[in-house]
Amino acid sequence: MPGTLIIAEAADGAVAPHSFELLAAGRALADQGGGAVSALIAGDESLAQSLFAHGADAVYLAPAGSLDPGYAETGAGAALAACEAAEADVVLMGQTSVGRDLGPLVAFKLNTAVAMECVGLTMDGGRLRATRSCYGGNANAEVTWRGNVQIATLKPKAWDALAPDDGRSGTVTAIDATGEQRVRVVSTEAAEATGIRLEDAEVVVSGGRGLGDPSAFGMMEELSGLLGGATGASRAACDLGWYPPSQQVGLTGKTVTPNLYIAVAISGASQHMAGMSGSKNIVAVNRDPDCNMVQVSRFAVVEDYKKVVPALIDAIKALD
Amino acid sequence: MNIVVCVKQIPDPETPASQFAVDEAAKRVIPAQGIAPVVNPYDPQATEAALRLKDAAGEGKITVISLGEDSARDAIKHALAMGADEGVLLSDPDFENIDNFQTAVALSRAIEKIGDVDLVLMGRASADWDMGVAPLGVAEQLEIPCVTIAKSMELDGDTLTVERVLDDGFQTVEVDLPAVVSISNEFGEPRYPQLRQIMLAAKKTVQVWSADDLELEDDEAGEDNRWLELEALYIPQVESNVEIIEGDSPEEQARNLALKLREAKLI
Repeated sequence: MPGTLIIAEAADGAVAPHSFELLAAGRALADQGGGAVSALIAGDESLAQSLFAHGADAVYLAPAGSLDPGYAETGAGAALAACEAAEADVVLMGQTSVGRDLGPLVAFKLNTAVAMECVGLTMDGGRLRATRSCYGGNANAEVTWRGNVQIATLKPKAWDALAPDDGRSGTVTAIDATGEQRVRVVSTEAAEATGIRLEDAEVVVSGGRGLGDPSAFGMMEELSGLLGGATGASRAACDLGWYPPSQQVGLTGKTVTPNLYIAVAISGASQHMAGMSGSKNIVAVNRDPDCNMVQVSRFAVVEDYKKVVPALIDAIKALD
Repeated sequence: MNIVVCVKQIPDPETPASQFAVDEAAKRVIPAQGIAPVVNPYDPQATEAALRLKDAAGEGKITVISLGEDSARDAIKHALAMGADEGVLLSDPDFENIDNFQTAVALSRAIEKIGDVDLVLMGRASADWDMGVAPLGVAEQLEIPCVTIAKSMELDGDTLTVERVLDDGFQTVEVDLPAVVSISNEFGEPRYPQLRQIMLAAKKTVQVWSADDLELEDDEAGEDNRWLELEALYIPQVESNVEIIEGDSPEEQARNLALKLREAKLI
């Protein structure tokens, strides 16, 4: 009996929103013959109902904290036990601080490979086929697994969570197994958030290496501040030390899906697109009309940003 | 102290999209004309991390391993020029187009062959396939712990204290050696090879090991034995519907853009 196990994460006593996306992906597979959808989460029974409501058929409860960031060794033991209990042949988790470690660890313990940060999943003759972005977003790869258990992490926001149905219910089973934890977690601290969180912002203004000057980020911040948004940067700009890595948008940075994404002096050549291509409306300011970012935009100004952005700030102020 | 650093040579991730091409039948990237492959951007940070530990300890040996085609020698040479001591190139037709599981198996066998390794360092991911799986895979094969995405490290006796980067913050962990650690770009600027070091590096030994040298079984390497089958590789189609905002001056273009954004209720 095939089935999908999703590894859900809890934060502040509630199920993390991304876990509902995993459930939606699991339900879509179930519709294609993927079998029942089980969810493993670390914590108490109070977490189960929202997992059922968002698509789980069964919930497995691991000891609280066993799926926290840094505890992949502990969590791998719980995940393997849940995988066996649920008789799952597909295991899905988030491309998060947890899944990034847990996915490969569980896969290697099962002697199989893992596909990271997938953006699409289909069932093809009872077997999983996954699409993932590679080469900095320039290419898509489609992969299948040779081993019995097919393990993938899913890119946040690539699936839409299902509307909760509080009429759904299912079985709750405790999982006692955990793995031997050799890495000792000393402390965990949240990054100091300045202003609006990048991932939550409805407007993001990002600058790239094309700015040519780290001080130009002041201009980006002025524009994003005026629009009530957040400021991001490309990896190239972060690698140069022009902007904090925590604000990096891209394959190895944050994924953002704002209503409005303004890309200033970013060609969209590599890296960057994968982190922002889900934006609903893209505006490019770039001197190169042929660059990728201009091509994918809704609106573009082909001019030197040094002339356009200050004028745009003035023009927006004048609107009100 | 014996440190192994794993490095990789990849197509330049800053290759403009217009010059990026894929052979869909062969499921491979066609190298862009005139754009040389580069060392994976995270890897010099791993070498830097090894050098800092060696500098702090006042002793130690750093061996650089790369699995890849002959161009991977350049990635090894770069690390040697930064100050690493020896290189090993894992080269075999059976290493071409293998998956992350097979790569981890081959790297771990090489590390076992080197012997008495205290610490394995790698970049947090390679910017071609962007999986970040190899560090955990190598650790699992070697049955030692792994700490990922490190921004700083300090060694006290046999205990390594690592500060790592999380999605929303930072975490400090401790681990006893031997261990695998993957290094993030937050680690800081890697040293730039000086001319003298580049010349010295030319004299350093680079051994070449094949699948047989690693005593890999026939079914452990080779494209036909992948655990993750590559079914298709293609460039996703993007349809352009861009509206170029016109104007007689940048100021007018900016005003027209502001009006468009207001009209579309985006601001």
